Amino acid sequence: MASIAFIALFLVVAFSYIINWRAARTISAAGERLNSVPKYHAIFAALIVGVPVLALLLIWLMLRGPFVDFLIVQGLNPDQYWHLEAGQRQLTVAEIKSISSGRVFGTPEDWKIEAAGKLAETRNLLDWLTVAIVTAAAGALLVYARIKVKDRFRARAGTERIVSILMIFCSLVAIFTTLGIIASLLVETLRFLSLVPITEFLFGLNWEPQIPIREDQVAAEGAFGWIPVILGTIVITIVALFLAVPIGIMSAIYLNEFASNGIRAISKPLLEILAGVPTVVYGFFAVLVIAPALRNAGAALNIPVAPNTALAAGGVMGIMLIPFISSLSDDALTAVPTSLRDGALALGATRAETVIGVIFPAALPGIMGGVLLAVSRAIGETMIVVMAAGLIAKLTLNPLDSVTTVTVQIVTLLIGDTSFDNPKTLSAFALGLMLFLMTLIINIAALRIVHKFHESYD
Amino acid sequence: MSNRNRDIAFAAEAVAKSLPRRNRLQIALKFAGVASILVAFSVLCLLVGSLVSNGYRAFTQTQLTIDVHVDPEVIDVEALPRGNFKRLLQTSILQLFPAVSAKVDQQKIYRILSNGAQFSLRDRIVEDPTLIGTTISLTVPASDPYDQYNKGTIKRETPEENRRLSDREIGWFDRLKEIGVVTKPFNTALFTHSDSRFPELAGLKGAMIGSFWALLVCFLLSFPLGIGAAVYLEEFAPRNRFSNIIEVNINNLAAVPSVVFGLLALAVFIGWFGLPRSAPLVGGMTLALMTMPTIIIATRAALKAVPRSIREAALALGASKHQAVLGQVVPLAMPGILTGTIIGMAQALGETAPLLLIGMNAFVTSAPSSAIDSATALPTQIFIWADSPERGFVSRTSAAILVLLGFLITMNAVAIFLRNKFERNW
Repeated sequence: MASIAFIALFLVVAFSYIINWRAARTISAAGERLNSVPKYHAIFAALIVGVPVLALLLIWLMLRGPFVDFLIVQGLNPDQYWHLEAGQRQLTVAEIKSISSGRVFGTPEDWKIEAAGKLAETRNLLDWLTVAIVTAAAGALLVYARIKVKDRFRARAGTERIVSILMIFCSLVAIFTTLGIIASLLVETLRFLSLVPITEFLFGLNWEPQIPIREDQVAAEGAFGWIPVILGTIVITIVALFLAVPIGIMSAIYLNEFASNGIRAISKPLLEILAGVPTVVYGFFAVLVIAPALRNAGAALNIPVAPNTALAAGGVMGIMLIPFISSLSDDALTAVPTSLRDGALALGATRAETVIGVIFPAALPGIMGGVLLAVSRAIGETMIVVMAAGLIAKLTLNPLDSVTTVTVQIVTLLIGDTSFDNPKTLSAFALGLMLFLMTLIINIAALRIVHKFHESYD
Repeated sequence: MSNRNRDIAFAAEAVAKSLPRRNRLQIALKFAGVASILVAFSVLCLLVGSLVSNGYRAFTQTQLTIDVHVDPEVIDVEALPRGNFKRLLQTSILQLFPAVSAKVDQQKIYRILSNGAQFSLRDRIVEDPTLIGTTISLTVPASDPYDQYNKGTIKRETPEENRRLSDREIGWFDRLKEIGVVTKPFNTALFTHSDSRFPELAGLKGAMIGSFWALLVCFLLSFPLGIGAAVYLEEFAPRNRFSNIIEVNINNLAAVPSVVFGLLALAVFIGWFGLPRSAPLVGGMTLALMTMPTIIIATRAALKAVPRSIREAALALGASKHQAVLGQVVPLAMPGILTGTIIGMAQALGETAPLLLIGMNAFVTSAPSSAIDSATALPTQIFIWADSPERGFVSRTSAAILVLLGFLITMNAVAIFLRNKFERNW
């Protein structure tokens, strides 16, 4: 049904474009001098009709779901509905919806069938109302636009004003997104903190979120201390950096200072391929190749290696970060002024001494910024750890052991579970908020460092 | 004079003495650089090699061609599409083994055929009911263990207790091979079927169409929004606090972990707006938010590369600022914008974590017909298959990854082609 509304709107927009174009043409054909060429009159009409109605239509489509739910609940007999538990209420609403769209399971109670029938009627009515209102509003705006067509009317200025407003709106989407992230994480985290004290979350040493959802389920009591989870994240991040930082920086130095043009032309795109591989592929690679190899190596050396050791996840994450660190270090090395390099060489330093003694220290702030960005990537990386790291939070620093991370917990807590009323699902949002804050702080610090560094040589 | 000469000689001697050490340092540094690059490349080779060596097997599928007598006593025209099609297949395959009479063994022989074979027989007969009463030749997939044996993953040399097929089962299959029933054609099912519990029937069609819808939504949202924002910030925005905040914001959004966008989508799009779970529409909206910063940054770079003289020429001829920018600068920047957009889309195609959170890892056995149907996407399908215990899914996962990488390479190649073809040096 929504598509009919869109088609109706499109037709009115096209119609208003043509009508205003012809009207403006008629005026100019009559010998009057137009302020704007007919094309702008036409575009103005299309925009003034299309933009507000489309915006309203999209907002209405967003709100229609919750509104229909509200109508269902209002139409129900309060005695039958309000004594139900929160989860039961959701189920009832879902059942009524599925009955009204023709999927009946079992034999539902009469009042549900009645509500479903009413819902079908309401939906039908709402759909037609939508089409009618869209057409009416678009038509009214069309009349307004048509009246505006006069020789003195500044259609171009009007068009440009609308276009400017649209562009400002586009730029604001970035801010809305950030606000949306903060709002959604904060709201759910506050709900979580009303169930679990904040001191337990921040300082607790146990993370056992598998609490019973139904009363008859057997599960642990539940503990929500995030320390072991963040510790696991740190362990994996350190393993990743141990691999990625030396290899990334060394390859950047080599490519920047020693390699011939031919080698550089081949190596850089190949490194970029490593950066372009989706992380789910890296995760599968860790499970399929790296983890069994480490386990076999551990067995050969008589060292106990956990099946999903932090070494496998961290190592593969390190591989993913190599091109990242390498390209950021490359930028930093290239930004060092040639005069510094030439000065050192002129004083008789070898190329290696120039790199170690002059260029590297000069580029160090930029490289540090790059490493910090890599840290934030490692903390926020999800698929590799979801597939290759463990699920159980352990308070350990041993990289051979199995650890879990913040992102693993977020994903496993939310897969297949939608009710937002128990601490288990809500804790994922609390972890998400902590993750967002950590990466935000690291990113801001890194961008500051890189920015400062670039300024000092400009 | 002689003093100074002596100093020079001394210095030269010191330099000569230290040179080997200093040169060794240089060699060591070079060596470390080459070694690091080699490590990176060997990992890349290992990655691609392991995927290819596992995945190539999934591009073929063991098939059995058997003659099925469509017995009118078993299949009733009136009852179609219901009917005991399984029975027909079981009778047919048993005819190839007249010597086997024990019930237990017969049951085992039935299992050579894939569980989905009955459905392809059913579809064929429903399509053409006149086949009832005749004998038709039917090509159906073999079940996973026999497929693995035929491809060499399950080896006869392995001790019997360690493999999934007993010696007798292997003997039966070898007999089928001898009489020429077994073929191993290209696995079209990989591209024409959707997900299934049985590896020999599982395909990527649903995931590819799901990814297509999600990317379409992502493109329709992020492309106009991204260009609008970039043009405004680069060409029109006054240099003040407000535009500064927007810029910082976009840079930070580009570095927010993808899983956080998944949380946003789950809470806002699904929780507050009530949009359906597992729908490519929601997936595409989420991916659009993540792709927008990439497109904005690429567009701004492309706009910056257009020389001032173009703008000034347009303005000098009497164009308004809008006409100069939208009519002249943006079209000239379009190749750069498109390149950035395609690269952003390629990133979005490989993105997994946010799609997992909004439920696009559902088990869906049919391809979505619109953006609001439940669906999986290519990367989430890879995740699902990687989690499945059946041996057949290991090679299917690798094959799915190869398909995904194929799409990514194609998209990036198009981007590079566009850049090389249309890039202008002003």
